[in-house]
Amino acid sequence: MLVEIFSEPLNDVSVRHSLAAVLALALSAGPVGVFLMLRRMSLVGDAMSHAILPGVALGFLAAGLSILPMTLGGLAAGFLIAVLAGAVSRATALQEDASLAVFLLVSLAFGVVIVTVNGIDVEHLMEFLFGETAAKMNVDKLVVIAVNATISTVAFALIYRPLALDCVDPGFLRSVSRAGGIAHLIFLVLLVLNLISAFYALGTLLGMGIIIIPAAIARFWTRDISMMIVLAIVSALLSGLAGVLFAFHAGIPSGPAVTLVAGFGYVASVLFGRVGGLVWRLFPGRHLEA
Amino acid sequence: MSGQLQFRDLTLGYDRHPAVHHLSGVVRAGSLTAVVGPNGAGKSTLFKGVVGAIKPLAGRIECNGTRPQDIAYLPQVADIDRTFPISVYDMVAMGLWRGKGPFGGIGRKDRDTVETALAAVGLTGFEQRPIGTLSGGQMQRMLFARLLLQDARVIVLDEPFNAIDSKTSADLLDLVRHWHVEQRTVLAALHDLDVVRANFPETLLLAREPVAWGATADVLTPDNMLKARRMCEAFDEQAEACVAVA
Repeated sequence: MLVEIFSEPLNDVSVRHSLAAVLALALSAGPVGVFLMLRRMSLVGDAMSHAILPGVALGFLAAGLSILPMTLGGLAAGFLIAVLAGAVSRATALQEDASLAVFLLVSLAFGVVIVTVNGIDVEHLMEFLFGETAAKMNVDKLVVIAVNATISTVAFALIYRPLALDCVDPGFLRSVSRAGGIAHLIFLVLLVLNLISAFYALGTLLGMGIIIIPAAIARFWTRDISMMIVLAIVSALLSGLAGVLFAFHAGIPSGPAVTLVAGFGYVASVLFGRVGGLVWRLFPGRHLEA
Repeated sequence: MSGQLQFRDLTLGYDRHPAVHHLSGVVRAGSLTAVVGPNGAGKSTLFKGVVGAIKPLAGRIECNGTRPQDIAYLPQVADIDRTFPISVYDMVAMGLWRGKGPFGGIGRKDRDTVETALAAVGLTGFEQRPIGTLSGGQMQRMLFARLLLQDARVIVLDEPFNAIDSKTSADLLDLVRHWHVEQRTVLAALHDLDVVRANFPETLLLAREPVAWGATADVLTPDNMLKARRMCEAFDEQAEACVAVA
């Protein structure tokens, strides 16, 4: 019985694709989520996912439900927004969140116009927004996710040091190097890559779930940045795998399934997390010797 | 000794309003200079100009071969995210950036260097502490340790001893004196005139306009201090374009 919960989905090749996809996604999205959180950009990812909509929609309209044009459209839209918003905030007095918000809203409005004028049928729209029902994924999507994860993981390792320093002490980094701006731009590009992967695995509306919730979970368990990244990857992986199984057995889309599982982990961490969790705050134990 | 930095009729400011007005003079290589003046006198603005964070409204700073990476800068309010999960050790090790860049590994010799710097500021044993748990004085000690590792020819300190107890400021002042012995060029904004008289051979008294610049005893006269105090802090919103020629 218990074995069947795991073995039955594995008989289905499209579910195996889904499982492999969340594995790849967890590896690349973990560190990205941690830095989104540490840069106080947790909601930027969500906003960015709206911004990509017109690109994906244009790709869809140009070539139907075909992965490559949709991916390229999304990438182009995401890069354009990230670079434009970053450039405006670095060259003018406008803060990055404000400049992003403007670009995102305009971009989303544009996307909605495209979708409405051309009409996308409901079934496709549901898949588009929430991921595939019962976690059945075709191999094309898996390939895109695997490629994105590889690029993202390697690039992240390369920009890790300047990116961390740009978060903790940007003034100092500026005084010794120009790498901060470049690292930030590359980071935004990686965010877009991971968002696209998350779209295919979990849908556009809930894609950020596997990126940001594991980071928030990790924050409750460690004060060390490297460990935080490891824990984010592990919790993304566990929520991803459990979520896919949940989606398969319950016959629901994978987006909400994975996000709910991650949300459950988040609640447990808020309560019991060793670093600032509620229970430890309420019952801290006796203070130590001076 | 040659001029490390030369200010030529330098005007720095914000939105066309000058905060440092028509400053000319030379910071000699190896000199130890205090920059003194009331709040709003332009001390921090001058330092931001020196490190290239703001561009001159007029005039210029000649660097005579001093590259931006040769200048280590401790801002008045360091733009540090204290909630970031990084240890004291990693933070101090960032001072090695000039030699290591974004990819260089930290070897055994570098680890010794970091340990030595931590010991020099009295933070041995703090290596694994998250920076968010440090007190104000410990934070300043940590930033001095990072300055030590930067090994820069020019060191710019913006009010380094503010809100720091006397023990800590005495310790850090020892490091500053040691930099002077090592022939590094040090510029420091300070308010404690006793500290300036006792430790800094040269002083620039600034009150938007330069009031005096030279040997500390000649600069910190009652007459000059009075002049500096008379400076009007507020910007004149109706100010006309300045046509003064130095």
